[in-house]
Amino acid sequence: MHGRPRKAPKPEDEAAATAKAQKLRALQTQFFSFHHSKIYTKDAVELSAKLLEINPESYTAWNYRKLAVEHYLSQPDCNPDSVKSVLNDELGVVESALRQNFKSYGAWHHRKWVLSKGHSSIDHELRLLDKFQKADSRNFHAWNYRRFVSELMNRSEKDELKYTEDMIYTNFSNYSAWHNRSVLLSALLEKKAEGFLSKENVLPEEYEFIHQAIFTDPDDQSGWFYHLWLLDQTVTIDYPLLVSTWPAHGSDVFLVGDRCQIGSSSPFTTLFSDSGSFPIVLYFNQPVEGVSSSTVSIECGFNKSKDLLWEPLSVSNSQTAQVWVAHLKFPTSELDSSVEVSVGHTKEIVSRRGFQYNHPSTFSFKVHVQPVERDSSQVSVAENILWREENFNVYGEQAEESIPIVSFDRLCIKNGHESAASNWRIEALAKEIECFRELLLLMDCKIGKLTLARLLTAYDAMLFPFANKLVHSEEVLELYNDLMKLDPTHHRYYKDEYSSVLLQKMTSSKESLLQHCFRYKDSVSSAIGNTICLRLNNLSLSRTRALEKLLWVQMLDLSHNELQSIEGLEAMQLLSCLNLGNNKLRSLTALEPLRKLKSLRVLDISYNQIGDHSIDTTRYLCCSPLSHSVGRELNKDETVINDVTLNYWEAFYVFRDLNLYQLDIVGNTIADEKFKPVLVKIMPTLKRLDGELLD
Amino acid sequence: MDDIPPYPPIDPTTFDLIVIGTGLPESIIAAAASTASKSVLHLDPNPFYGSHFSSLPLADLPSFLFSHSTSSSPPPSASSDEHHHFSFLDLSTRPLYSSIGISSFSTDLDQYSRKFNLDVAGPRVFFCADKSIELILNNGANQYMEFKSIDATFVGDNKGNLLNVPDSRASIFKDKSLGLMEKNLLMRFFKLVQGHLAGEEDLKISDEDLLSPFVDFLNKMGLPHKIKSFILYAIAMADYDQEDTGVCGDLLKTKDGIDRLALYNASIGRFQNASGALLYPIYGQGELSQAFCRRAAVKGCIYVLRMPVTALLVDKDTGCYKGVKLASGQDIFSQKLILDPTFKVTLPTGSSPSPPLQAKLPFFSPKDDRGKIVRGICITKTSLKPDMSNFLVVYPPRSLFPEQVTSIRLLQIASNLAVCPPGMFVLYISALCNDDDQGKKLVHAVINTFLTVPPPINSESNAAVQSETVESGCVVQDGTAESPGEGKPTLLWSALYSQELTLGQVDFICSTPMPDGKLNYDNLIDATVKLFKEIYPEAEFFPQTSSENHEDDGDGDVSPET
Repeated sequence: MHGRPRKAPKPEDEAAATAKAQKLRALQTQFFSFHHSKIYTKDAVELSAKLLEINPESYTAWNYRKLAVEHYLSQPDCNPDSVKSVLNDELGVVESALRQNFKSYGAWHHRKWVLSKGHSSIDHELRLLDKFQKADSRNFHAWNYRRFVSELMNRSEKDELKYTEDMIYTNFSNYSAWHNRSVLLSALLEKKAEGFLSKENVLPEEYEFIHQAIFTDPDDQSGWFYHLWLLDQTVTIDYPLLVSTWPAHGSDVFLVGDRCQIGSSSPFTTLFSDSGSFPIVLYFNQPVEGVSSSTVSIECGFNKSKDLLWEPLSVSNSQTAQVWVAHLKFPTSELDSSVEVSVGHTKEIVSRRGFQYNHPSTFSFKVHVQPVERDSSQVSVAENILWREENFNVYGEQAEESIPIVSFDRLCIKNGHESAASNWRIEALAKEIECFRELLLLMDCKIGKLTLARLLTAYDAMLFPFANKLVHSEEVLELYNDLMKLDPTHHRYYKDEYSSVLLQKMTSSKESLLQHCFRYKDSVSSAIGNTICLRLNNLSLSRTRALEKLLWVQMLDLSHNELQSIEGLEAMQLLSCLNLGNNKLRSLTALEPLRKLKSLRVLDISYNQIGDHSIDTTRYLCCSPLSHSVGRELNKDETVINDVTLNYWEAFYVFRDLNLYQLDIVGNTIADEKFKPVLVKIMPTLKRLDGELLD
Repeated sequence: MDDIPPYPPIDPTTFDLIVIGTGLPESIIAAAASTASKSVLHLDPNPFYGSHFSSLPLADLPSFLFSHSTSSSPPPSASSDEHHHFSFLDLSTRPLYSSIGISSFSTDLDQYSRKFNLDVAGPRVFFCADKSIELILNNGANQYMEFKSIDATFVGDNKGNLLNVPDSRASIFKDKSLGLMEKNLLMRFFKLVQGHLAGEEDLKISDEDLLSPFVDFLNKMGLPHKIKSFILYAIAMADYDQEDTGVCGDLLKTKDGIDRLALYNASIGRFQNASGALLYPIYGQGELSQAFCRRAAVKGCIYVLRMPVTALLVDKDTGCYKGVKLASGQDIFSQKLILDPTFKVTLPTGSSPSPPLQAKLPFFSPKDDRGKIVRGICITKTSLKPDMSNFLVVYPPRSLFPEQVTSIRLLQIASNLAVCPPGMFVLYISALCNDDDQGKKLVHAVINTFLTVPPPINSESNAAVQSETVESGCVVQDGTAESPGEGKPTLLWSALYSQELTLGQVDFICSTPMPDGKLNYDNLIDATVKLFKEIYPEAEFFPQTSSENHEDDGDGDVSPET
């Protein structure tokens, strides 16, 4: 079935094909006339059978037969015996159609339909399947059907597991069999069947099994796919967990109503807010739904309103998101108060796969409000933020403040029983790492290197709460570097992984993070106040990941990287200044995450490739004026100008909700003379465009 | 063989070819010559087909072995006849077997005697893609035979362990005894060989490597000892210790090693219902000679069994061969004569052949420096491997004791191949050796590793002295064995014998090769083809024309019934 070369058709084949087509056309014409006039006589039904035997792909004919069966079953004179014989006839037709083409979707579907009527014996089905699976053991239709039949027969999953094992022993390159194995194991684990009580018992044996395949033939894909599934099963914690928050547990938040320097407060936790509220961010280990004022309760002295509005931070407008935000109002009067946030004391926070959040956790922080006299004259002239080297001073070792990242780690380990349950995971990963190191000693193998990199990354992440550092990050970076050279075809993927690991490494400790922390100028009159700028520029990053430790960042420099996307950046709710200059962003729609950053005031997207490419590959992921969800939003906004929405839809869509003071967009194809007035129109708040003060 | 019925006269009396003996090479030649439209008379003094390649009932095997363990003198009547045109050269036999020891450890086997089909030239199997299978598919002999797949091949050691030989991708994957690294090394080696055979540039093995000893190449590939031993002795089936050039009678070159791996590889999966590389015929190896005889008979060859030949007729003037004198007294004439290798021509006593005759008679100058092979047949009621019936075990050189220089092979065949009564197993063991004692030591070492040997109830041997040594050797070894394991199968019956090895000869008269020490028939078939070409240089050896018809159903027929 596999690896057969194609042969050019011979002249006599073509003649035969023409004859066949002619015959088929005649049959089809007649069939359609029966079908349209709803004739279900014996002759008519037989004609459809003849048609299907020649062309099993004729969906209409299958449908017609279903109608004919329904028609027959609705006759008053039909009795159980005749029903059975009618359905058996159907099975016969399917069988001969499958003999013609055993990969016919219509035929397999029809067979399922007949069997689900429940009148036919299913004993024959497994025998039939054996025949088809012998002819092609990787026929996924047959495997699908097998799952259907075994469910119908109530065949035990263990028997099926044994069957897949036999198939694997016959040929371990049969990914269909491996896949079926993963499906069956998942089901058995979910049921906690005997001998399949936990992953802890099952996965080590599976690892052992798949090693045999991988080591015997590392060039075969099937084994690696299954190994990837196992790795996922080992690493993935089914239950949702809170991994990070802002404000962090035990931190002090200094809120100022206006630009103001408060000498005593920490620059990491001083927040300038002109809206009278500050965000509370919950960062989970996976997308969840059900975060609301009933699942998250807040105790604080100053805001009696219990009904906080929790908003999912997802670009897809779904109600499932990994990061959630709510805005807590604070009074303008001086205040020192503590806030306690309790998450998940009721069971309604649920992961996509239906697992409940069942590790209720609480974090608390102190809020200090410093009311400041508003000086209106100074606000009107917004300061020009210049991302020049000389404007940044190393923050460096002088810092004695605690960066908020350190504290939330404590939150993670608090779930003691979770870490105990992970011991087997750590052991399993350690064993895998050893195993693949050995393989790589034997031979140079790309997928082996990739797997080792994935294993080490997962291992480091799992050990992080204990080791407090990513032990293998250098080695992983080395591996990805190697892979980029060895396998240029997948360069972008490796680059993304590299970026991810690099970011994880940099954010993993206070020391490494401080190396990237700078103070912007010495200005006391800055609109951004006493803020630290995190500079992750010139690192050739292609992805923004590992952001859960950067929730506190208000000023971020990502310039001179290779970013094509800023996915995930929406989690950084405190961001007020962002430099994305000199990257590889290709379209405005790539900026969609910015829409969620309500505090963003200063944005630099200069010298990207926006407008270079006539085809925007991220466009389809984004809302369009034609989609219903956006239509609603449009109606809200009566002042929309037609030519803007039509010609600069993306600009309108991305920038409309932003309150930018300053935007740099120079150096992009899209930023021509016509575009600038449009931007000014979309963003009335804009004071500076490409360094020029606007009127 | 006791009652020879009155001989009916054979008609016609002149043939293109007379073949004496129905061993495999003789039968192939009879079939090939008949197919080439020669008139052939095929004679055998025995009442059964196969001669030294036959499969015999239990009771008949000892007498057959003993009858070929001494030189027979020609019947006195034969040479006394005088004829004015011909001189008579008496035909006698040379001993083929020596050191025969038959031991019975149980009394209840006799009743089943006829249910046994014991191979005289065992252990022997077919590779699914070897020359013999090609040959029988090609000429249609396959329609008279059925095969079953041999379940597995093992490598044995002196502790009785059997290690499965991972001979294919699937079996490497499945194997429980190989480490992950070993699996990786072995599979990569197989891929290298396959790539080389498929002509892939980057997997090509250099000419220098191809001419070097195979064992050096395996070392160069970094294969560990265990895997080397699998490849050399259980897949390439090397006979001699490849790592000791001093004793190695047949050092395998990489090129030959690769060819043998190629044969093995092509054998796996050749037939849908044969799981492994090896096949064994139902009813025993004797079926093969018989199938060729039937093939010959279809093409017009005349068969007469139980017909000893007493003398050759030689032209008095020219010294040329003219015909044979049968035990019935009839003289039959032919152009050519093929003899089985045990026959020898005795000159009339007191006379030496005339000068021209002497020049033409090679008189079977002994080429016995090719050594001997010791064969053993054991019968048990328990399989050596509990859940398996038919399998091959190879004991690589030095695996049983340091002085073991040749590999020993053991083939267990069960009743589902119709070679013994239900519930019994036949073990065939063989080892190449220089002399009988050395060979017997090898075979005994295997027996003692595996079997519990009770005191014999009855034993015969062809020489009292030899019997002494055999039995004592056996007992001594048994005594030194740590403890006769509870689980060891008990030996019910055994036959041990040493067989001469000679090649066939082509000369004044032609004689065919003896059963060789190989596991399959490829070398014998090569020698037979050569012999055929010598006597009929103009004829084609089974012309391909007939193959077209047979190939299709052939594939189905040769594969085992499952």
